[in-house]
Amino acid sequence: MSAVLPMAETEQIGEPAVNIAIFGVFVLITLIIVFRASRNNKTAADYYAAGRSFTGPQNGTAIAGDYLSAASFLGICGAIAINGYDGFLYSIGFLVAWLVALLLVAELLRNTGKFTMADVLSFRLKERPVRMAASLATLAVVFFYLLAQMAGAGGLVALLLGVEGTGAQGVVIAVVGALMILYVLIGGMKGTTWVQIIKAILLIVGAAVMTVWVLAKFGFNLSDLLQGAIDKAGEGGEALIAPGKQYGASATSQLNFLSLALALVLGTAGLPHVLMRFYTVPTAKEARRSVVWAIWLIGIFYLFTLVLGYGAGALVGPEAIKAAPGGVNSAAPLLAFELGGTILLGLISAVAFATILAVVAGLTITAATSFAHDIYASVIKKGEIKPDGEVRVARITVVVIGILAIIGGIFANGQNVAFLVALAFAVAASANLPTILYSLFWKRFNTSGALWSMYGGLISCIVLITFSPVVSGKVDPVTGDSLSMIKDTSIDFHLIPLENPGLITIPLAFVLGIVGTYASKGKSSPEKYAEMEVRSLTGAGSEKATVH
Amino acid sequence: MSETADGLETDYQRVQRSDEFQALKRRFRNFVFPMTALFLIWYFVYVLLADYAHDFMATKVWGNITVGLLFGLGQFASTFIITMVYARWANNRQDAVAERLRLHIEEGTVDNAGGAA
Repeated sequence: MSAVLPMAETEQIGEPAVNIAIFGVFVLITLIIVFRASRNNKTAADYYAAGRSFTGPQNGTAIAGDYLSAASFLGICGAIAINGYDGFLYSIGFLVAWLVALLLVAELLRNTGKFTMADVLSFRLKERPVRMAASLATLAVVFFYLLAQMAGAGGLVALLLGVEGTGAQGVVIAVVGALMILYVLIGGMKGTTWVQIIKAILLIVGAAVMTVWVLAKFGFNLSDLLQGAIDKAGEGGEALIAPGKQYGASATSQLNFLSLALALVLGTAGLPHVLMRFYTVPTAKEARRSVVWAIWLIGIFYLFTLVLGYGAGALVGPEAIKAAPGGVNSAAPLLAFELGGTILLGLISAVAFATILAVVAGLTITAATSFAHDIYASVIKKGEIKPDGEVRVARITVVVIGILAIIGGIFANGQNVAFLVALAFAVAASANLPTILYSLFWKRFNTSGALWSMYGGLISCIVLITFSPVVSGKVDPVTGDSLSMIKDTSIDFHLIPLENPGLITIPLAFVLGIVGTYASKGKSSPEKYAEMEVRSLTGAGSEKATVH
Repeated sequence: MSETADGLETDYQRVQRSDEFQALKRRFRNFVFPMTALFLIWYFVYVLLADYAHDFMATKVWGNITVGLLFGLGQFASTFIITMVYARWANNRQDAVAERLRLHIEEGTVDNAGGAA
C-alpha cells in the first residue's frame, strides 16, 4: 500500500510511450479491419446498416461497445470510488433501461424501419415534418453525447500521455477526431461495428481481469473489499456503503437524483445510435438476440465496475484519485497501475482511449445517417435523389460533424463527462421515446401529436438545461469556485434548481403527445395503421439483408 | 399484392382482423405491458428507497453488505431473469405464428378471413 501513495504527488504515472504504443497497435489492427470491411460498401443499406448482415451476438456485442462509453467505464468507476453507493445507482439505471428496449422497441422497430428512427415515425404520419423533428432530436442527442466523449478524451489524455497544457490536449482531441472520421468515412456502419465489437471484448476482458485481481486481494470477500474502501476513506467512510453521499444532501439533490433515475431508465430506448444498431441485423428475432446479448454483457460489466470502483477506493484512495490529473475519471487507470504497473495501465488506458474513439464513431455515423437520410433526401430533395447521392451527402456530413466534434471537444475539455451523458439521456427520453411508443402502440396518434411531443420535449429540455445550475450559478460552498459551465460566478441566471430536466420534460412530452393528438382532427389512415401493426409484429415486408 | 379487386381492403387489413393475428397481438400486449409495469414499479420502489430511506438501505445484513447493496444486486438479477423469460417466451410462443403470417403476406396468399388461401 505504501508504494502507491507518492503517485498522487508525482506528475506522471506509467510510461506515456507504452500507452501510446499499445493504443497505436489497436488503431492499426482496427484500421486494417475497417479497410477489409469497406469492400462491400455499395448501397445505402451497406453504408448505414452494414447490409443488415450482422448476427445477434455480433450486434449485441457492438451495442455493448456503443453503450459502455468512457462515461460508463471511467465515470462510474470514479463515482463509486469517491461517492460509493451513489455511483452504483447510475449503473442500475443504465442497465434496467434495456428492458424498455427489449420488450417495447427493438423488434417492432426492426420490423417497420429502414435506417433511422424517423423511418418508423413517418410510416403512418406526415413524412416531412416528422422526419425534420426526429432528425433534429437525433442531432441534439448526438451533440450532447459526442461532446461528453470528446471532453472525456481531453481529461484522459492528461493522465495517460502526460500531456498537460490545454493546447497540447487540443491537439490530441483533434487526432482522436481525425481518426474517427477516417474510420466512419471508409468503413461505414460495417467498419464502425467491427471497431465496436473489438473494443467491447477488450474492455470487458480487461475489466474482468482487474475485477478478479481486486477480489483476490481481498480473499474474494466483498465485505472485506468494502471494509478496505471504508478504511482508506478515513473519517465518514461508512457513508460509502449506503446511498445518499452524493445525492442525499438536500431535498433538491434528492429530486435531482429522482430526475436522473427517470431519464436513465427511459432514455436508452430513445438513443438514436442504439436504435440504429437494430437495423444491422437481418430479422426481428436477431434484434431480440442482440438485446439479450447486450443486456448480459452490459450487466456483467457493471457488476465489474462495482468491484473496480470500491477497489480503486480501497487500493488507491479517494484523496489520491481526486488529486490526480483527470480527477474522478482517473480512478480506473490508477487502479490498473496499482495492480499491474505500467503494462496494465497501458492496456487499460489504450482500451479507454479506444472506447472514446469507437463511441464517437458510432455517434457520428448516426448523426450523418439522420441528416442525409431524413433531412437531405426526404425533406430537402423530397425523396428525388439517387441512393449513392444520399450516401455521398452522408460522407460529407461525417467530415462536418467530425470537425464540429473536435472544436466542441476542445471547448468542452474539462467539463464533467457524466452530466453531459445524463443530459443526452434526458433529451432522448423526452423528445424521442414518447413518440416512438405512441406511434407503435396507439392507433389514434397523429402527426400533430408527434410534433407537439418531439418539439415540446426537445425545447423544454434545452430551455430547462440553460436555466439550470448546470450552466450558471452553482458555487462550491467550501471553495467558492464555480461548479457550472460558466466559470464566472458573478454570472448567474439559473431559475430552476433541477440539474437534470427529465422529471419535468419526460412527463410533459408524454402529455403533449396526447394533447397534440386530440388538438388536431387528423387521423392516420386505417390502411397505414394496419400495415404498421401487422408488419411490426410479423416482420412482413421488412427490409432484408443484402447479398453480395 | 396489397390491393384487392374490390379495392376496399389491403392484405394487411385482412390479416389485421384475422383471429390468428388478433391472438398474436393480444398475447404480445398481455405479456409486455404487465412486464413493463412490473419492472418499472420495482425500479422506482428501489430508486425511492435509495433516495429517501437512507437508514433502511444502510442497514447491515452481513459484514458490510447492506440492504441497499442487496436491493441493487436484486435489480441486476431481475433484469437478467426478465430478459431470459421474455426471450424464451417469444421464441416458443410468438415466432412460429409471426413467421407463418409473414409468409402469407409476402407470398400474396392471404384469403378473406386473413388466413392462408
